[in-house]
Amino acid sequence: MYSMKIDVLHIAKLASLPLKDDQIQKYEEQLLEILEYIEKLKKVNTDKVHETSQVTNLENVTREDSTAPSLSPDQALTNTKSQQNGSFKVKAILEQ
Amino acid sequence: MKLNNLTIKKAMQGLKDRQYSSVELVTACLDQIRMRNQNLNAFITVCEDKALEQAKQADVLIKDGQDLPLLGIPIAAKDIFSTKGVKTTAASKVLDSYIPPYDATVISKLKNAGAVIVGKTNLDAWAHGSSGENSDFGAVKNPWNEEYVPGGSSSGSAVSVTSGMALAATGTDTGGSIRLPASFTNIVGLKPTYGRVSRYGIIAMASSLDCVGHFTKTVEDSALFLNVTAGKDSFDATTPPEIVPDYLKSLPNGINGLRIGVPKEYIEGIEPEIFNNFKSSLKILGKLGAEIINISLPNTEYGIAVYYIIQPAEVSSNLARFDGIRYGNDRASFGNEAKRRIMLGTFTLSVGYYDAYYKKAMKVRTLIIQDFENAYKKVDAIVSPVSPTVVWKIGEKVNDPLKMYLSDVLTVNCNLAGIPGLSVPSGFIQGLPVGIQFLGPKFSEELLFRIGHTFEQETRFFEKTPYEL
Repeated sequence: MYSMKIDVLHIAKLASLPLKDDQIQKYEEQLLEILEYIEKLKKVNTDKVHETSQVTNLENVTREDSTAPSLSPDQALTNTKSQQNGSFKVKAILEQ
Repeated sequence: MKLNNLTIKKAMQGLKDRQYSSVELVTACLDQIRMRNQNLNAFITVCEDKALEQAKQADVLIKDGQDLPLLGIPIAAKDIFSTKGVKTTAASKVLDSYIPPYDATVISKLKNAGAVIVGKTNLDAWAHGSSGENSDFGAVKNPWNEEYVPGGSSSGSAVSVTSGMALAATGTDTGGSIRLPASFTNIVGLKPTYGRVSRYGIIAMASSLDCVGHFTKTVEDSALFLNVTAGKDSFDATTPPEIVPDYLKSLPNGINGLRIGVPKEYIEGIEPEIFNNFKSSLKILGKLGAEIINISLPNTEYGIAVYYIIQPAEVSSNLARFDGIRYGNDRASFGNEAKRRIMLGTFTLSVGYYDAYYKKAMKVRTLIIQDFENAYKKVDAIVSPVSPTVVWKIGEKVNDPLKMYLSDVLTVNCNLAGIPGLSVPSGFIQGLPVGIQFLGPKFSEELLFRIGHTFEQETRFFEKTPYEL
């Protein structure tokens, strides 16, 4: 039905999203339908067109490097489930 | 008229004249929430105690003769605006118990202007949706007919204003999320120029498109509200130093001699009832002295395709921060639509597809911007319907994401170009509200308010509410 393919499990892994088995096929169909619709952009000639990544026309917005009041470590930690010695506690990512 | 149905303008006058107190005004809104919210599901959190406390303080300041632009006025905030000490969920189970330790800039500005926040409104989770049905806290219903959607994603904010639970409400518009629900509920919705209002403290959806706006009953109230929220913010580098005018100033100037463009691409394929309603609106604008000019925005048809590359790409990047470590729950808690958009964005940004999708979309975005720039050489502003269809029933589009995405076909191009849009009520079709939008060049909010106000004072649709007055 669709001219292209999408590996939903691979994409979900890249995005770190756990999927249930029954979701995989549904997502595959829905994503392919959307991608098929998007194909219409191929018709547009954009050879000499520049890319727009933002619309403000502002560049290199800077400010004085000065200090100002900000969140205390305690305030910053109020929503975490796991903390130790005033820091966020995370699982080890390297084996010893 | 019941206090909770007043405009901000009238309520400010009544408070000043001591006809009633802020506590009475806020209580009227809280009573309406208590009576209607169970059915409408417009609020995720109601701040009853805090609101009454703020109202008491406002009454003291009013007695002192303090003159703040929103002193004692009950407003609601979309639950994607960070509120210090008040749960902020983005209507997602990921953040179902998250309590921000700081206020969004807009929330600080509103508090400093004396506004009283009655609660946090429901939305399509993460602002992903056009109907209000994608909320992890249940769908929001349209008070004009509870079998119908109120439009999204700022669904609860729109419903809170049209049903008299707040006098105004904040919203965000990334692809139409203020203008669509405003038009489906007979109220005024403003999507300002990109960068006009700070995004700091608002949970990001698509950073190059997100605009912070609001819902009010009238255009005059919308101008008054923007007077408070607009301006440069050192916490948001995309807010330009552009001067903030007094948006109320030119409202009475009328629209005689203004050139208003009608893009032919915006009326091709819309439903006949919408077209008829739009034609009557054009007649009224003509009668009020505007010159209606047919124009073309040739790249309009590519808007949704460009939007559904750029927006999910930015979504996938913004939602990558939700890892369940510093705050919130883990990524298994994302709902279906968020997962769909994260995967779509991850795919189009992935190796081998980036050029074909993302880069191409950024180029076509340039062409869409150029369409508007060319149009504004011939006309002062543009007018079109907000939605190509009449309001739809709850459940009608939930299983067809592409069909749902196409509901935004008349609103997304404005976001891609970063220009402002104002949605104003334009009547009713079989008892359900419909709206038109005015679009202008960047930073032309003053002009849009002037057009909207002139149209609204002539048509006076805003006087109708879903419940008896």
